[in-house]
Amino acid sequence: HILSHYNHKHKYISLEFNVKNQLKFTNRPDNTAFTQQRLPAWQPILSAGIVIPGFVLIGLAFIGVGVALFVTSRSIQVLERDYTGDESGTPCASCANSNVQNSFGFCFPQSQGPVFFYYGLSNYFQNYRRYGTSKDDNQLYGVLKYFTSPSDNCAPYAYNSNNQPIVPCGSIANSMFNDTFKLYQTVNGTRQEVSLDGKGIAWWTDYNIKYRNPTNNPLKDAFNGTVKPIYWSKPAYELDTSDPSNNGFVNQDFLVWMRRAALPDFRKLYRRISQDKYPDGLPAGNYSLEITYNYRVYRFSGKKKVVFSNVSWMGGKNEFLGIAYLVVGSMCVFMSIVMLIVYAKFKFPDEE
Amino acid sequence: MTHLVGCVSAEEERRVRANDREYNEKFQYASNCIMTSKYNIITFLPVNLFEQFQEVANTYFLFLLILQLIPQISSLSWFTTIVPLALVLSITAVKDATDDYFRHKSDNQVNNRQSQVLIRGSLQNEKWMNVRVGDIIKLENNQFVAADLLLLSSSEPHGLCYIETAELDGETNMKVRQSVSVTSELGDPNNLASFNGEVVCEPPNNKLDRFSGTLYWRDKKYSLTNQNMLLRGCVLRNTEACYGLVIFAGPDTKLMQNSGRTKFKRTSIDRLMNTLVLWIFGFLVCMGVILAVGNAVWEREVGSLFQSYLPWDPPVDNFLFSAFLSFWSYVIILNTVVPISLYVSVEVIRLGHSYFINWDRQMFCSQCNTAAEARTTTLNEELGQVEYIFSDKTGTLTQNIMTFNKCSINGQSYGKYFIHVVFVCLSGERLDFTPFNPLADPDFCFYDDKLLESVKVGDSCTHEFFRLLSLCHTVMSEEKSEGELIYKAQSPDEGALVTAARNFGFVFRSRTPGTITTTEMGRTVTYSLLAILDFNNIRKRMSVIVRNPEGRIRLYCKGADTVLLERLHPCNQELMSITSDHLNEYAADGLRTLALAYRDLSEDEWEAWSESHRFADKATNCREDRLAAAYEEIEQNMMLLGATAIEDKLQEGVPETIAVLSLANIKIWVLTGDKQETAVNIGYSCKMLTDDMTEVFIISGHTVQSVRQELRSVWLCTSTIVFSQSTLGGAGKQLHGSPPPLPLPLSNVMDNISGEFALVINGHSLAHALEADMEAEFVSTACACKAVICCRVTPLQKAQVVELIKKHKKAVTLAIGDGANDISMIKSAHIGVGISGQEGIQAVLASDYSFSQFRFLQRLLLVHGRWSYLRMCRFLCYFFYKNFAFTMVHFWFGFFCGFSAQTVYDQYFITLFNIVYTSLPVLAMGIFDQDVPDHRSLEYPKLYEPGQLNLLFNKREFFICIAQGIYTSVVLFFVPYAVLSSATQSTGVPLADYQTFAITTATALVIVVSVQIALDTGFWTVFNHVFVWGSLGSYLIIMFALHSQTLFRIFPNQFHFVGSAQSTLLQPVVWLTIALATAICIVPVLAFRFLKLDLKPQLSDTVRYTQLVRQKRRKPVGRNAGGAWRGMGSVSEGRLGTRGGSRRSGYAFAHQEGFGELITSGKNMRLSSLALASFASRHSSSWIDTLRRKKHTHTPPSTSGECSPIK
Repeated sequence: HILSHYNHKHKYISLEFNVKNQLKFTNRPDNTAFTQQRLPAWQPILSAGIVIPGFVLIGLAFIGVGVALFVTSRSIQVLERDYTGDESGTPCASCANSNVQNSFGFCFPQSQGPVFFYYGLSNYFQNYRRYGTSKDDNQLYGVLKYFTSPSDNCAPYAYNSNNQPIVPCGSIANSMFNDTFKLYQTVNGTRQEVSLDGKGIAWWTDYNIKYRNPTNNPLKDAFNGTVKPIYWSKPAYELDTSDPSNNGFVNQDFLVWMRRAALPDFRKLYRRISQDKYPDGLPAGNYSLEITYNYRVYRFSGKKKVVFSNVSWMGGKNEFLGIAYLVVGSMCVFMSIVMLIVYAKFKFPDEE
Repeated sequence: MTHLVGCVSAEEERRVRANDREYNEKFQYASNCIMTSKYNIITFLPVNLFEQFQEVANTYFLFLLILQLIPQISSLSWFTTIVPLALVLSITAVKDATDDYFRHKSDNQVNNRQSQVLIRGSLQNEKWMNVRVGDIIKLENNQFVAADLLLLSSSEPHGLCYIETAELDGETNMKVRQSVSVTSELGDPNNLASFNGEVVCEPPNNKLDRFSGTLYWRDKKYSLTNQNMLLRGCVLRNTEACYGLVIFAGPDTKLMQNSGRTKFKRTSIDRLMNTLVLWIFGFLVCMGVILAVGNAVWEREVGSLFQSYLPWDPPVDNFLFSAFLSFWSYVIILNTVVPISLYVSVEVIRLGHSYFINWDRQMFCSQCNTAAEARTTTLNEELGQVEYIFSDKTGTLTQNIMTFNKCSINGQSYGKYFIHVVFVCLSGERLDFTPFNPLADPDFCFYDDKLLESVKVGDSCTHEFFRLLSLCHTVMSEEKSEGELIYKAQSPDEGALVTAARNFGFVFRSRTPGTITTTEMGRTVTYSLLAILDFNNIRKRMSVIVRNPEGRIRLYCKGADTVLLERLHPCNQELMSITSDHLNEYAADGLRTLALAYRDLSEDEWEAWSESHRFADKATNCREDRLAAAYEEIEQNMMLLGATAIEDKLQEGVPETIAVLSLANIKIWVLTGDKQETAVNIGYSCKMLTDDMTEVFIISGHTVQSVRQELRSVWLCTSTIVFSQSTLGGAGKQLHGSPPPLPLPLSNVMDNISGEFALVINGHSLAHALEADMEAEFVSTACACKAVICCRVTPLQKAQVVELIKKHKKAVTLAIGDGANDISMIKSAHIGVGISGQEGIQAVLASDYSFSQFRFLQRLLLVHGRWSYLRMCRFLCYFFYKNFAFTMVHFWFGFFCGFSAQTVYDQYFITLFNIVYTSLPVLAMGIFDQDVPDHRSLEYPKLYEPGQLNLLFNKREFFICIAQGIYTSVVLFFVPYAVLSSATQSTGVPLADYQTFAITTATALVIVVSVQIALDTGFWTVFNHVFVWGSLGSYLIIMFALHSQTLFRIFPNQFHFVGSAQSTLLQPVVWLTIALATAICIVPVLAFRFLKLDLKPQLSDTVRYTQLVRQKRRKPVGRNAGGAWRGMGSVSEGRLGTRGGSRRSGYAFAHQEGFGELITSGKNMRLSSLALASFASRHSSSWIDTLRRKKHTHTPPSTSGECSPIK
């Protein structure tokens, strides 16, 4: 009897409890993994079992890549010639003083694959902030409105002294590199011109999207009322009269120049050694280069050079990358040994 | 809350004429409309922006923005600054607007409350905001007082009315207010309408307990005091209606005057961060100067010669001016070392942590339906650095619930002690009183049926014992319906005794000034009450003299054993010694004891004493003393009945919490207003004091000299023992012999080896100890002790003690309390915690965090605080690292671009780097990261120490982060530099053009910082995965989008980088470069971390590792693992051991005078039991809560009954 009484009482209490619970726990926070900070989680720990093999693997991978890079880089031939010409003993010792054509000869070893012909400038600050902004993108996109009123960014090369707008305006365009080169191969004492391919040396997007000529036909009409940049010898619409698709703002040399360099010593692609005649690269032999020397760099002690190089899958010669990979890889392997020793000696306090 | 008062300073005195609006309008007093909101729709934008630009950081970015508009300086487009700035401003604005919206809402709610105003002789309903100074308003029972009123008349006799001031000062007991006698006679509205008295009083102020003024009426002066005032925020109780004259309205009320702007608390990390930001500014200027000098040199040596291709800008005519411009340009591009997103991110993280606190179910109290609440969202990480806790006692450590636990009747002890009431209840041992006594209180627990048997068989001593308990008290009863009795006691222990008597068949039913009606074993008996010999602190006892229906006069007395046992009849010797043993036993259990006795009085004795009593009562001078003497006279030769033992119930888990917290090296000081005995008693029962302690020092000197003497001896004692134990050599030798003149330098040593000492200091001694010349000594002495208890302290002293520790120890302090008397300390401590319990909500309103159980403190500190600190530190380390890595690349580039402030990256990248590409992963880490799971941090309290020692983020760590960031920037610049300068695409096109370089560096940067955050993240939740991978993905997607032809075609002038992403990222050399840079940046960090983990593992690493090992082995998780760090073994096992000896009996009454006088005078006796119902039904629709806080918080639990443990 007593038992049943207790049971009854119990029921009563628990019933009351339920009702109370419903009323009472209205403010109780939700029981979700998120609110209770119990989200399932991966908790990595730098354990020896992961770190040491990891280091060994990374090290080996880097060494492998490094060796590959190093070997590849070694196989690439590069020929560099300074032709600034303000020092005697250099290939073009008198170039600086005359505007005329000069030439010098050199030997080129046999190369694999097509050879690229670069010109290089040093101590030349295409990456100067003001230099970089000194252009009018709308104008270069072929918007005629900006031909007559170039952007302020172009100052002081927006208008000439007669207040005529300059097209293309700005320092970059104005300072366009204008030396020209002709390459001759001396075969059996006769000079044979090596045909140079100027197509496709600029970025695809620059050529097809970023720079546009106005739709005027002939192109010259668009330039009515404008003047050529001060340092230019001919206006933009005459950059390559032979090929309308290489003229005006989409002239490849112009595009190459307009893509400004990140560093004060830079190379720019001048020409590709024509593929139809030399598909496997330049044969070994004697060559001479004829330079029309227009571009002045000696005032700011700049240097000019020409570079011939072939490329591999990883681009041109680049010893640094291979060596860096080898060094980093070896460091990793070395560190893994050190860590192994440390680990063996001061074993992580296991469960105590 | 800023727009409080406009013209306080102007007002020197206030003149108010009743029922005369025209007259009162002359003074332009504030109306009763309150406005805590800051803005309205029109003013929001300008005012909010103005406020935001008062922040230094925002102004700084505005300044940068202006700089960027100068073309010669602008090295970045305007949007790189304006986008983040606009984002930050709008986030803050939205937050402010939401806050203000809620303030508007609560203002409206309050302003639109109805109140009855007497206008032109009739009562009219008016909104609160239309009530004017000088109006007479009518209040009804349970209504909030609308403004500060002068009580004119009430429905009760003598113009009395009762108010509850819980909203105002947190005290839940009722207070009596009385009107001036001339106005109390006015009574009804008709008379009041013609009342034209004028009140001249003090101007508005914030002193709640003070008021002085004068009422001029009919050419007479009546002085007014606080006793005549009803303050806004009070609730009328127990009074049908009353009329009051509005003296202060709206913002002038004492309530609003008190709710001024609270002191803004900053965390130590905040302060450190501000210092560091200043340093970084300094660093920024240095970098700017270096680069400007570089620019000057470059322009002179190179730039001037390079002019044929790049002429200087028109305003620049020499290299110095160019350098000057370059300085500002560099300030602009290097400004990202102090990213604007820092402050916002910190706020977001803290907000997240606050929500986690609010959401924590383990800090939810199911009994009172209250979840923990982070009321301040800016202090979370400081919770991980607490070193000192200052705790209140009543309501914080204890529940302020007294339960009748044991008793000794005529030498026989009854009752068993159980600590876990809940389990016992379910096991069914609890006595069931209902069949025996229909009037029994169902909540009452007792566990010994012998006593009930004894009552049932009619043992006379037992009956007399409970009769005494049912008669000798000042409890008021109310009976809403038959048998539904509710007692209203001045102190909870008195209530417990009367309830006990009620359950054992001696039910106190009701009282009148001259009678007490009880139901004794089912029979209604009415005693005539002849006298109440009320309690006070000196007497430590109270008595009643009653005449029973048979006409016998008997004095019943209950009181502290020490006092009462002296006044017994000699024939009680034997019983006394048995009872005394029982008392010792009870005291050893930490119970509060009382001895009970009676004395039969003959009619003559009564008459004689009654005469002397009347005489003493009428005495004009020394009335108190004479009364005491009269009482003393009759309380003699009493017969001992027995003793009661009442448990002052500790809150659940208090001893365990204290044990865990002290293992975490947190020092706990109890600051209580209670008496020394009670405080010490509680100290023992919550294990702050133990009998293992070497010594418990008690300082109770009354003079400066004696206090100093006592402190010195304590110091000497602790230091001798400590130094004789330790081998500190030199330091120890110096100390021996003479007491040290200024022991401060040694206090650090003392901290580390604080032995098992405890210090108990009394309020009056504390006053001396807190004086300037002694405070250093006091601090070092007190800190040498493991436990410190300050008893009998005033609220002000509580704050002083906190300030003292803040000043001398440079430690983070936390104050926890529940009552209005704790507010000062809650406000002055670094962190204030309010217990949302029974004593009103005042403490909660002042606090930064609130929850309802003391034991949640361990979770708040050891889990939430620790995590917050850890996360914040990791966040800051990473954040500074990231921004230095990001920004310093520009510095290195400066040397190669003629110091021209050319950025390395695309401008869009600079704009988005901090707010899109890298913000979310670090936020996820800052919000979700955990090093060890929560139960581990409770298991190993030592894990808390890094926070206290400030190890995870300090100046050293900061420099390490910066160094790492700079190293990364060097790698990120020079590796691409070395690789790309001579690299070409496989099509022969050189890679060294600016855009390729920019993209390579930027991609490498994003990858490196992502790998770094992946390394730093210790807890990869789904959010971390999504954010880390998402950020990398978004970087690629956004970059490709920005470099796409579509966008370029629309804005050819804006997107110079068209096609660069494809062109660059298709090159294997670029990826090789990125991989190389990443490896060079990350490998050393990995190696360093691994070695550190192996050579110098942190405790958290060990715990984490152990856990990992265990998981791997799939062993059942043993709770014994962890060895050396595991500290809290046996804390939770039941009643902790037995304490021998020291008997700590405490007198169980509250130390205020009781209602005795009011009862006998009959003033508070009411005729209608209707209004009495209000005693119980206390609605606390706490509008003041909403008023003061922008956020609506739930209604706090009001009556103590609701919070009692589950039955």
